[in-house]
Amino acid sequence: MRPAWSLIFFTTMSGLGLGLAGWIVIGLLPLMTVSSLIGVAVLTLFLIGAGLLSSTFHLGHPERAWRALSQWRSSWLSREGVLAVIVMAGLAGWFAAGYLGMIVPLWANIALLVLIYATVYATSMIYASLKTVARWYHPLTPACYLMFAAAGGLLASLALLSLLGLPITAALAQAALVLMLSAWGVKFAWWRVAGMARNQGSIESATGLVGMGAVRPLMPPHTEENYLQHEMGFVVARKHADKLRMIAIGLGGVVPVLVLLMAPASASALAFGLIAHVAGMFVERWLFFAEARHVVTLYYEGAA
Amino acid sequence: MTMLPEPSAIKLGLVIDLDICVGCQACVVNCKEWNTAGYGAPLADVDAYGGSPNGAWLNRVHAYEAGSGAEARTVHFPKSCLHCEDAPCVTVCPTGASYKRAEDGIVLVNEDWCIGCGLCAWSCPYGARELDPAEGVMKKCTLCVDRIYNDNLPEEDRQPACVRTCPTNARHFGDLGDPNSEVSLMVAARGGVDLMPEQDTRPVNKYLPPRPRRVADDAPMSLVSMVEADSPGGFWKWVDTTLDRLG
Repeated sequence: MRPAWSLIFFTTMSGLGLGLAGWIVIGLLPLMTVSSLIGVAVLTLFLIGAGLLSSTFHLGHPERAWRALSQWRSSWLSREGVLAVIVMAGLAGWFAAGYLGMIVPLWANIALLVLIYATVYATSMIYASLKTVARWYHPLTPACYLMFAAAGGLLASLALLSLLGLPITAALAQAALVLMLSAWGVKFAWWRVAGMARNQGSIESATGLVGMGAVRPLMPPHTEENYLQHEMGFVVARKHADKLRMIAIGLGGVVPVLVLLMAPASASALAFGLIAHVAGMFVERWLFFAEARHVVTLYYEGAA
Repeated sequence: MTMLPEPSAIKLGLVIDLDICVGCQACVVNCKEWNTAGYGAPLADVDAYGGSPNGAWLNRVHAYEAGSGAEARTVHFPKSCLHCEDAPCVTVCPTGASYKRAEDGIVLVNEDWCIGCGLCAWSCPYGARELDPAEGVMKKCTLCVDRIYNDNLPEEDRQPACVRTCPTNARHFGDLGDPNSEVSLMVAARGGVDLMPEQDTRPVNKYLPPRPRRVADDAPMSLVSMVEADSPGGFWKWVDTTLDRLG
């Protein structure tokens, strides 16, 4: 599948923002001063909102994007939009309550936490519900999105804690380490299981030419690349998949893990670790799209 | 509304006969001609006369080779929307632009609501949807909904443009929900098949596989043996001997 930059940015940034928000609403960051409260509020809502906004850039008609909130009963894309809007409003209310010195009741925090992870889940299900792309159509796909949101969010929380000059306990640093390793563990499992999945069917079942011997494409229906080939037949990443995977693991996993092991109290080290993690996640998400093979390529290449 | 309706009694669709399609592309051209002026925005072409032309088409004809060696056959394969009963392109649509009509099962796009996100094209295993490069909305086969119910057209023209134009009669239009319709009887008689049944989309359109190759009773005669069998000592014998004599 063609990796659209807007979608890579969207899933990476809003995933990180939502993960961060999840840790905030359970009270990990003591936002005692007005400036820290406003700063963190702006950063969190910016990450989620910028991600959402960028996802509208690949649309043919962005001005009609509001219509995407209407079909939540059948469409995961619509559910993602609805949940994201509710979460953004809920978080704005949560920060406003903090600013006004109100105590947010426990049930509200829990409800917000559930909605936050439901949004991440809905994002992943946009892809995991597509039966036409076998490597996405797997329960481990949402597991990766959820784990990376939690792990990236905790890393961002630690970086913010140290930037605000607040102490980071050894237990918290260890929790971040375990979560980061677990997230990459799930991703390795995805690469081994879902990543190896082949699309069902064959050129014979796709053309209905069964029992006539092997079928091979003889002539394409057009002389130039069409929308389908442009959108579904991306090949650049498959050529360099191994190298890109090492870059993703190195930046997204190894660097943050080393930072958490060696300098969990250093603000600059944590900030560096977070930036490396985000960069690694961009590559991971780029591969997620670029390596995926759509079953329609059967009609063009005879294999998918 | 992108919830699928209850299965309709009437299921309008196409039956495509792979035995007789010759790959002339007339259906492709007539589809483009009708639909660029019909339902919704025109079907755009970009750089149509330049180095890399690109455009939206609702019907494309592939060609495949089935089998190998002397048994190999060329099969021309027209492909357009199959108007699936469990159409994934409908349920994934976030706006309600993509819908399946409850009355006759035709899958359509309301172009005024379409945001051009492309998710329906991703969800379609058949590649039946293409984003219009100029308009930014999703285009797909409408089963010529603006022809088949059009009282302003002569009755014989009230069928999809591709069916009307096919010079070999390889394309047929009808109600596949009625087991006694001409198209349903054809599907039953010829063993019509679904494309990619493993995707569970339950397509309405059916494909009639090529008929088994007929084997002649005797091997065809060579020209020489025909000459010898037909004219022992006749005209050709005279030609033969005369030419021999000329050295």
